Amino acid sequence: MKGREQYALSHLQELEAESIHIIREVAAEFENPVMLYSIGKDSSVMLRLAEKAFYPGKPSFPLMHIDSKWKFREMISFRDTYAREKGWDLIVHYNKEGHRKGIGPFTHGSKVHTDIMKTQALLQALEKHRFDAAFGGARRDEEKSRAKERIFSFRDRFHQWDPKNQRPELWNIYNTRVMKGESIRVFPLSNWTELDVWQYIRMENIPIVPLYFAKERPVVFYNNAWILADDERMPKALRKKALMKKVRFRTLGCYPLTGAVESDADTIEKIVEEMMVTTASERTTRVIDFDQEASMEQKKREGYF
Amino acid sequence: MEDQIKAMDIKAFLEQDEKKDLLRLLTAGSVDDGKSTLIGRLLFDSKRIYEDQLAALERDSRRVGHAGENIDYALLLDGLKAEREQGITIDVAYRYFSTNKRKFIIADTPGHEQYTRNMVTGASTANLAIILADARKGIITQTKRHTFLVSLLGIRHVIVAVNKMDLTDYKQDVFNAICEDYKSFITRLNIPDVHFIPLSALHGENVVERSTKMPWYRGESLLELLENIHISSDRNFVDLRYPVQYVLRPGNDFRGFSGRLAGGILRKGDPLMVLPSRKSSRVKSIVGYDGERDYAFPPQSVTVTLEDEIDISRGDMLVHPNNLPRVERHFEAMLVWMDENAMDPHTHFLIKQTTNSGKARIDQIRYKIDVNTLHRSETEHFQLNEIGRVVITTAKPLFFDAYDKNHETGSFILIDPVTHNTCAVGMIIDRVSSEDLPSRISDFEVQKIREGRSLITNEEREAKYGQRGMTVWITGLHGSGKNDVALRLEKRLFELGHIVVFINGQKIRERLSQDLDFSAADRAEHLRRVAEVCRLLNDHGIICICSFISPCEDIRRQLAEIIGKPRFKLIYMQTGIDRCKENKPELYREAESGKLRFLAGVDVPYEAPEFPDLSMDLDNNDIEKIVDLLQSAK
Repeated sequence: MKGREQYALSHLQELEAESIHIIREVAAEFENPVMLYSIGKDSSVMLRLAEKAFYPGKPSFPLMHIDSKWKFREMISFRDTYAREKGWDLIVHYNKEGHRKGIGPFTHGSKVHTDIMKTQALLQALEKHRFDAAFGGARRDEEKSRAKERIFSFRDRFHQWDPKNQRPELWNIYNTRVMKGESIRVFPLSNWTELDVWQYIRMENIPIVPLYFAKERPVVFYNNAWILADDERMPKALRKKALMKKVRFRTLGCYPLTGAVESDADTIEKIVEEMMVTTASERTTRVIDFDQEASMEQKKREGYF
Repeated sequence: MEDQIKAMDIKAFLEQDEKKDLLRLLTAGSVDDGKSTLIGRLLFDSKRIYEDQLAALERDSRRVGHAGENIDYALLLDGLKAEREQGITIDVAYRYFSTNKRKFIIADTPGHEQYTRNMVTGASTANLAIILADARKGIITQTKRHTFLVSLLGIRHVIVAVNKMDLTDYKQDVFNAICEDYKSFITRLNIPDVHFIPLSALHGENVVERSTKMPWYRGESLLELLENIHISSDRNFVDLRYPVQYVLRPGNDFRGFSGRLAGGILRKGDPLMVLPSRKSSRVKSIVGYDGERDYAFPPQSVTVTLEDEIDISRGDMLVHPNNLPRVERHFEAMLVWMDENAMDPHTHFLIKQTTNSGKARIDQIRYKIDVNTLHRSETEHFQLNEIGRVVITTAKPLFFDAYDKNHETGSFILIDPVTHNTCAVGMIIDRVSSEDLPSRISDFEVQKIREGRSLITNEEREAKYGQRGMTVWITGLHGSGKNDVALRLEKRLFELGHIVVFINGQKIRERLSQDLDFSAADRAEHLRRVAEVCRLLNDHGIICICSFISPCEDIRRQLAEIIGKPRFKLIYMQTGIDRCKENKPELYREAESGKLRFLAGVDVPYEAPEFPDLSMDLDNNDIEKIVDLLQSAK
């Protein structure tokens, strides 16, 4: 051992090393991988990790955003600006048939909207491009069924997850074998917690969508949540009820399905502070989780991330 | 943690949090031992449960809980619907919590024997194991099984949590007896660091706070112990092992080798050896997004550039020239069978070890071990959850260390070649030198020899000869140029390094078919024999070039069936009959005068092939087209 060398890593450095290893393993072993980019904070962290994994080169795989057509406007403009700046190979896919039929959460409800514009759209895109591996930014601490999912999560030809028939996953040796049509969803952030993600964003200065920070915004109380009056597709009767409140979003998705929290947190430090004393866990601001008992597990079996 | 925040400025909190290290731990025990209650309590008391989760928990406890009027902490942990209904944890679930000092990842695994593989999975990444014992029952079969698995997976730190002390009136002698019992059991196992804690998960005694009910216990509470136990020295910082994971070539002149350190310290300027080529170089730089570094250590993921241009690919390993791992195809390992399907000893498995993949077979099962009694017995194959010592041979050499010395380079998985499931996992033992391992003819091979089957597989032949056995069947009238094309093709393939045999009617008629005449039946039998010869040669990886008039479409179809359609390539020499007569006038003259019978195109019809792979003629025949046809068929 030489002079002043230190051989210990902090938890974040260890998580970072683990995630980079996972990302490189996919690039090395799959023919046609893709990184799913949701524009959220976890995606932003995952993207930074991919940049680190291949530095001084660039990631060898494209990014793909599944656009439900009901995302917050600020998300889309963030995506486009950032992608242009960084020169990403970005694929944007939406369910054209669903869009033509005018599927949306206000008219069809969250269940139908999520199924057609998110799950079906994702499956269409995966089929179209024949991706054999897709990265997702999900974390095991988010939700109970995710806590049991593998980092390399096998999907059959119908993109379905079988929680009872998962491949054993030991040490850091990942089984990447698939037959034609089968694929693997890969979750490099599996072992990160929400606090870890915020810490990393803070330490690395990673740009995120401004919606995460508190600001005066017009919101409407709808389905037991404060929903942003983001565009004119919100029914007039609702829009009329909009109030200005200082709010922020803990997660980002389709604006009619994502509840805001009242907050003064306009810096990462304040967000973390708020989070530490918070009374509601992250996913409760997502309306889709409440649809039915064990709903996330059901969605994952059907092919949703 | 709420209190921590209030007492501290948030920036200071974040700065402290940044520096925390990570402890991965395994909890072993069953629902009956109060394992889920204990974990729920750790999460609850460290404020990792939010209010909405708590509300859901209270609701679920009343509806499907197994804890009567109390909150059923187990419901917090059992993620999947089916499991919740059955009241058992089936898979491995990962939980996260942190304290002022550390972050923790808990691998929560079920305790029953039928879930041995799940526990092995959880144990593979753990630094520490909490083994739960019920104070009323003491050290039972299950405790012993869990302890064996923990030692098998090389976990160095064990905490024996003697739970339900409240049900034995917090008596010291009960606790002491259990400790003594356990200590005598583990003398046979290799676990360097063992701690004992008496506790009550239900009442929170000695979980987070030290208990006032057990003043005779002077040690730390469970959480204090978890926060303070020293684990960083568990990694191997001595033997440099850098498996190349990815070759980075972003263009310009940069050529980096990315990977995660599996052992030792990598320093700028260090001399290195590349395995398997054994070429030498030096570390030019250690590159990272955050700048260059002077050194790197496990488990960092970095990118290295070298002073010299050496051919290096994924699966290679960089090491110090004076400290090599074992480089062998033959080794012993402890194997855990993970698949629902029993082991088929005749299978060749895919093996993955560090970043290396290849083929492997199990040559011998030394013994199977009973996880409850540690008793050894003989067996022919393994079933789900069975564990034993095996001898493995791989198709190409692996670079490894004993699992005891290095978990990263001493572990591997076996993948079923058909289902692609991870069917077994192994930990390498290197007590016996490969020279002294049992003969290289495996049980499987003995079986094959008994059945008169070859020990060499088609894949091995293909790899060795660089070709796949195929038959080029050239049909056409007498004089159409078949032999001309066949013999030039034979020479060309020979020059390209192929192993090739030329067969024509004359050769076969002289010996193999000397008992046959030219009647329709005998002509068919003659060609059947030729096809069987081709099949045999093709099966052994050899290319056949056959030059036969073979005028009948129906017979040619049967030839293709015998040889195997994918490897039967039909070339049609479509030279017109007048040109053929001009080329070979003698036989045609004899046939036309009636001296010779059964000549195709004269007194026997020639049926042109409907779907030849290629057509050519006497004056226009580029054999490179046939070469291309063979190569594209690979």
